Amino acid sequence: MNTLKKIALVAMLGIAFAASAAALKTDPAKSTVSATFKQMNVPIDSKFKKYTVAIDYDAAKPDASKASVEVETASLDMGDPEYNKEVAKKEWFNSAQFPKATFVSSAIKSAGPGKLTVTGKLTIKGKTADITFPLTVKTEAGKQVFDGALPIKRLAYNIGEGEWKDTSMVADDVVIKFHVVAGQ
Amino acid sequence: MPRYTKTAMLLHWLTALLIIAAFFLGLTMVAIPGFSPTKLKYFSWHKWLGVTVLLVATLRILWRKANRPPPPLASIPAWQHKIAEGMHYLLYFLIFAVPISGYFYTYAAGVPVVYLGIWQMPAVIAPDPELKATLKTVHYILTMTMAAAVVAHALAALKHHFIDRDITLKRMLPL
Repeated sequence: MNTLKKIALVAMLGIAFAASAAALKTDPAKSTVSATFKQMNVPIDSKFKKYTVAIDYDAAKPDASKASVEVETASLDMGDPEYNKEVAKKEWFNSAQFPKATFVSSAIKSAGPGKLTVTGKLTIKGKTADITFPLTVKTEAGKQVFDGALPIKRLAYNIGEGEWKDTSMVADDVVIKFHVVAGQ
Repeated sequence: MPRYTKTAMLLHWLTALLIIAAFFLGLTMVAIPGFSPTKLKYFSWHKWLGVTVLLVATLRILWRKANRPPPPLASIPAWQHKIAEGMHYLLYFLIFAVPISGYFYTYAAGVPVVYLGIWQMPAVIAPDPELKATLKTVHYILTMTMAAAVVAHALAALKHHFIDRDITLKRMLPL
């Protein structure tokens, strides 16, 4: 009996844990993954049109969360079809060889109410780096809303080769922003 | 000889220089295919020129209010003076309308103007692809109208100088 009780308890805990790590469904219409860069100090906002975000999150157990993002590099929209074609080229994302940029979390830690610190691996154009960035989470209309900004150095990922290496033309600092609306 | 003031001359010729530079830079930059640092640099410079035109034009209007231009020459028939006056109104209108249409165009495209790479100018409209296409056409038509008006204005001045041999052009020359 005692053993059975123990097994039952473990099983129940297991179910509870599995439920807590349940994957959230991302609402693509309300979510955005964007990048802001500066060209001669002019801030340009661009959005990735195609991406997938997978988040396992439970407010009760934030440290058990997981997140991964996969972005189709050729889908970056800078607001001009002619420029959008350029982004996929070799000097920028080289989308033929590296069609996807990814982020996979290795640890997510609570950093106060509604705040998370996300650590993981960011891979762009075949280069992988360990990064950490703050993410906020709030509940809106029964859905979780995640917002995060991740500053990167574009040259560390060889984004903008050749004549585009000139940072007086396009700054090295680029901010990747996530706005993810997700629910059960 | 009643002339324009030295300040009016300076503002007139400065405007001429700026709009001619912006015009040819505009034609050059849109002719560059694809995407290159030079192209983006020219776009920025073109916008800086446009904002400068607006600043100079504003000063010029204020100056003109306080310092009236010399009266029309007695030798010029009234109807010709009316045409010249109409052309001047058109030019003043375009000096504002061309850069303002460009300003709205770039904001409709979602690209802010950062004057001289330092000051970010206020956003007037939100990015809007449809409006962007309309404003591109508006900016182009206004620009080409201005090019025609500037050529007519210059030819008229040269006609007065070389054919009528009057002082119309000299009144605007600091010589």
